[in-house]
Amino acid sequence: MDKAPILSLRGLTKRFGPVLAADHIDLDLGRGEVLALLGENGAGKTTLMNMLFGQYLPDAGSVHLWDEAGRERELPQGQPQAAIDARIGMVHQHFTLAENLSVLDSVLLGTEPFWRPFRNRRPAREKLLELMESSGLRVPLEARIGDLSVGERQRVEILKALYRDVRVLVLDEPTAVLTPQEAESLFAAVRGMVDDGLSVIFISHKLREVLAFSDRIAVLRHGKKAGEMATSEADAEIIIRMMVGEDHSAPERVAGKPGEVVLRLSGVSVAPGKEMRPLREVGFTLRSGEIIGIAGVSGNGQTALARLLSGLIQPQSGTVEVAGQPRKLTPKTALRAGIGRIPEDRHQDGVVGDLSVAENLVLERLDAPDVSKAGFLRQRAIAEHARELCRDYDVRGPGIEAEAKLLSGGNIQKLILARVLENAPQIILANQPTRGLDFRAAAEVSRRLLEARARGAGVILISEDLDEVLSLADRIFVMHDGHLRETTSRDRAEIGYMMAGQTGPGAAA
Amino acid sequence: MMDILNIFLTDSFWAASLRIASPLIFGVLGALLCERAGVLNLGIEGIFVVGAMTGWMAVWMGAGLWTGVLVAALSGALFGLFHAILTVPLGLSQHVSGLGITLFATSLASFTYRTALPQVSSPPRIEPFRALDIPVLSELPFLGPVLFQQTALTWLALLMVGVVWWVMDRTALGVAIKAVGDSPDAVNAQGLSVMKLRIGAVVAGSALMALGGAFLTMSAFDAFFFGMVNGRGWICIALVIFASWRPGKALLGALLFGMFDALQVRLQTEAGALVPGQVFLMMPYILSIIALVVVARKAEYPRALLVPWRKGQR
Amino acid sequence: MIEVVPRENVSRRWQALVPVIAAVVALLLAAIPLVAAGAPVVPAYAQMFKGVFGSVFTFTEMLTRATPLIFTGLAAAVAFRAKLWNIGGEGQLYLGALAAVWVGTGLVDGSPWLMIPLVLLAGAVAGGLGMLVPATLKTRFGADEVVTSLLLNFIILIFVQMMLEGPFKDPMGLGWPQSEPIIDNAMLPQLMDRMRLHGGFIIALVLALVAWVVMSRTVWGLKIRAVGENRAAARHAGLGVNRVYIGVALASGALAGLAGVSEVAGLKGYLTSDLSPGFGYTGIIVAMLARLNPAGVVLAALYVASVFVGADSMSRAMGVSSFLADLTVSMSLICVLLASFFASYRLRFKRAAAA
Repeated sequence: MDKAPILSLRGLTKRFGPVLAADHIDLDLGRGEVLALLGENGAGKTTLMNMLFGQYLPDAGSVHLWDEAGRERELPQGQPQAAIDARIGMVHQHFTLAENLSVLDSVLLGTEPFWRPFRNRRPAREKLLELMESSGLRVPLEARIGDLSVGERQRVEILKALYRDVRVLVLDEPTAVLTPQEAESLFAAVRGMVDDGLSVIFISHKLREVLAFSDRIAVLRHGKKAGEMATSEADAEIIIRMMVGEDHSAPERVAGKPGEVVLRLSGVSVAPGKEMRPLREVGFTLRSGEIIGIAGVSGNGQTALARLLSGLIQPQSGTVEVAGQPRKLTPKTALRAGIGRIPEDRHQDGVVGDLSVAENLVLERLDAPDVSKAGFLRQRAIAEHARELCRDYDVRGPGIEAEAKLLSGGNIQKLILARVLENAPQIILANQPTRGLDFRAAAEVSRRLLEARARGAGVILISEDLDEVLSLADRIFVMHDGHLRETTSRDRAEIGYMMAGQTGPGAAA
Repeated sequence: MMDILNIFLTDSFWAASLRIASPLIFGVLGALLCERAGVLNLGIEGIFVVGAMTGWMAVWMGAGLWTGVLVAALSGALFGLFHAILTVPLGLSQHVSGLGITLFATSLASFTYRTALPQVSSPPRIEPFRALDIPVLSELPFLGPVLFQQTALTWLALLMVGVVWWVMDRTALGVAIKAVGDSPDAVNAQGLSVMKLRIGAVVAGSALMALGGAFLTMSAFDAFFFGMVNGRGWICIALVIFASWRPGKALLGALLFGMFDALQVRLQTEAGALVPGQVFLMMPYILSIIALVVVARKAEYPRALLVPWRKGQR
Repeated sequence: MIEVVPRENVSRRWQALVPVIAAVVALLLAAIPLVAAGAPVVPAYAQMFKGVFGSVFTFTEMLTRATPLIFTGLAAAVAFRAKLWNIGGEGQLYLGALAAVWVGTGLVDGSPWLMIPLVLLAGAVAGGLGMLVPATLKTRFGADEVVTSLLLNFIILIFVQMMLEGPFKDPMGLGWPQSEPIIDNAMLPQLMDRMRLHGGFIIALVLALVAWVVMSRTVWGLKIRAVGENRAAARHAGLGVNRVYIGVALASGALAGLAGVSEVAGLKGYLTSDLSPGFGYTGIIVAMLARLNPAGVVLAALYVASVFVGADSMSRAMGVSSFLADLTVSMSLICVLLASFFASYRLRFKRAAAA
């Protein structure tokens, strides 16, 4: 490291029950440097940052800081305020904004004394306007956070950090919710600030971005630091090997063999709801034996589409035809019509955490003869069935009688896959099926979807991960602002422009 | 029909409306503070009882009226603290804890009252707050009796509307309370203490609720008797939803309620021969339910209401 | 700084002990108000014990007192399992009692084999309808059932008073607002000679068993638990959440209604507006003490009834206010909340490094 040091994590360790989430991790950051922190989910990135920011108390290790004059001191642990006082700021992957506040209030939250009866906000407002000017991150100051788009909210988060004159800024998966173009402009803004002396820790699992944007890369795996190198010396192959620990090559895409139409939507519109964007005149057909991929930044109508096909909401207009028959979908009729649903939020919609694994596995077919008889549960048959499915789908956990909430995220997803796929549904709705899963679990999900396609199911894959869509889908659609458009292109940039609602680089910004 | 219209023209009707509304104003403001911070406080009914009993008893034992008010507020704050500890750091069910506080507070107040005054058959009385009778102003036609012949506690209630509005809308503290009821993570990320904000709001809110109870024994009546709160706390829980958690609307809601209650009493005397009196007695409760149903669909509950928050939870 | 840390591998036996510990702690805490009231502590406890276990009569009195609590406890337990907050047990109890009186005071007449089921049915239906209102307001309009069911208690009680002063008033009642007596054929049988214990107790036990079977062994029970634990997932799985709410509301209200029938047709014989000293509310405590387990409801009801009967007896003997019983029982609720917390979590005190 040739730059003057600003922050150093030494031997940070955190244990959650039996899991060693962070195991003696050392990390150094130089002034005016962009350090990329890479790793699969569960590798320890978030745990590490939570220790830095005083959210978790480390079991061992320390954090050191250098001030402007180059003097070193240790950061007190377990105190969010200490990190703030040391001018370290973080933009979380899940924004920490209260939706009922204005942008100005959100930025000022925590900076003003509580008991002052009058607030003088003019200096604050002026400082913020200056910051917006210099960083190029603009947001209307009086708007309510709840009314802002995801990209705007992220700008508020960064402005919040800048307003506090941070010296170190941590960006946790900042592009997960942005279009490629939005991401580009974010990087340009951050680059400008780095040139002015800001130091940045950039957490991501998108290799391309990391290689393009960082100065140095550190890779975490299973709570340990697996390696570190200058970005100029790195290439994708080496990094993936560090992250995964084994040779990894993307599966070759094999085209499906589409059969007859199993699902047709025409002119379907859905009114906006609570935390749900509308759908506008959406139409597509799905054939058996194909996967259609729906790309797009989340919050553009995907939720409405998924809820519609799951039977949770009804369309305002338009028709839904399953196997040629117009249908009114409710969760029950959707299941009966052979639609298997893998929900976006598996903890919220997928499982009942306080019921057992076995009970969750039969939740969608309680009236089946092997599950119940005259209203009484056939407990032995249910247990037998659960053991079988857990074996076939490799669901691991403390046992079939244990509460489902005790399973890890990957195993919960496998439980849901098992429940959905055992009925051999003709249509499968997979909404963000690999989000938050580690590499191995994600690969297992992809394999199962391809397997379902091979036996003749039609699969709708909704995903923010463009690489996933490109590698799995036979046909690609892009969702933007409630509109769904098909594209024959497989070019990332071109799809990226569609995700931003533009037709190409030439279109007006 | 003319008779009913005439009711609205009498100053006594409007004075009664404000009087009936006063304890509810305290209660709704208290519930507003708690819920804005993300904590449902179903202890309100019991805290009303405690405020009514302790305030009254302090005066009965020889304290001044304002000391009694202070005692009531402090005992309300104490039960609020209890509820806050159960629901905020410990994260227990706000529903169950609140009901528990109500049952506990009610029985403790009743036990204490009975133990201190075992022998009485007719409840002992105190000298309650009197109408303020501000010179000149109280002589004004109409406005005089309606506004300026109320007791000091009614004025305190009106003052508290302003105070709560000021705090919530005009201070950094209010911004933080609103934020903690919407997204505790946002508050925590800024180095503010979710626990302290929530506990503080619940304690302050509960103190206000207790003042609502104290109004009953120290202004509306002059004695304490069992069952005197009679669901007023629950009505406040309905009114705060009706008020969309805004102090101004809370005042409006309480006043509307007070008007209807005053009206039903007068209608009872007008139409008592035609309809059983109980029909009118039911009206306040039915009205509260209707108000709740009307606004239910579009009510924007504080997003973190009922959701416990634990630091560093994965 | 204090951290809340989940305990791992908490044994079921330990979990089952939670309510017991809570009950014992609450009983011990009752010493504080006893001292405050100036009563000698040990004799007072002895008197409470004697007041329940001193004779067959006192013991059956306790069982009699437990009977409505089993009903209202089950009502709360069933509803709370689905996270349908039925706080209206008190009102539903009165509706049940009113319906029993309506049917049982001469509307129809027949043998006990006809009359008793009829009276029970009437009370169950009335109670169920009483809870149907808040449940429908919840499913149709999204109105919070806590507030609506609570407020309905007051409306129903006033309504009952109105009925007792109006069409239900006993002309022979010397002007008191009370109903006509229920005809003998509609009265639940006494279980023992010269004791007040009545058939309602047996019905309560049977229903506790039924509720336990339904909750743990049937599809409906599984649906109720699923809706209660995660409404979104239950809806996604096509379990018909609103129908579950309505079904649970009817069942819960019916159970509370039966409490009213049992009191009026098993014990009192006629209806007054002070039939229940808050059985509906106490049922919530019973359900929480039982941790919503229908079998546990029976035990919890026996405990709560013992506290009431024992404290009543002690109160008469020593001149301590009988509110002591309410106080002890409400403390039990708070104790069981705390105990269940500490069974699943512990607090870790950790000193932050010096700033």
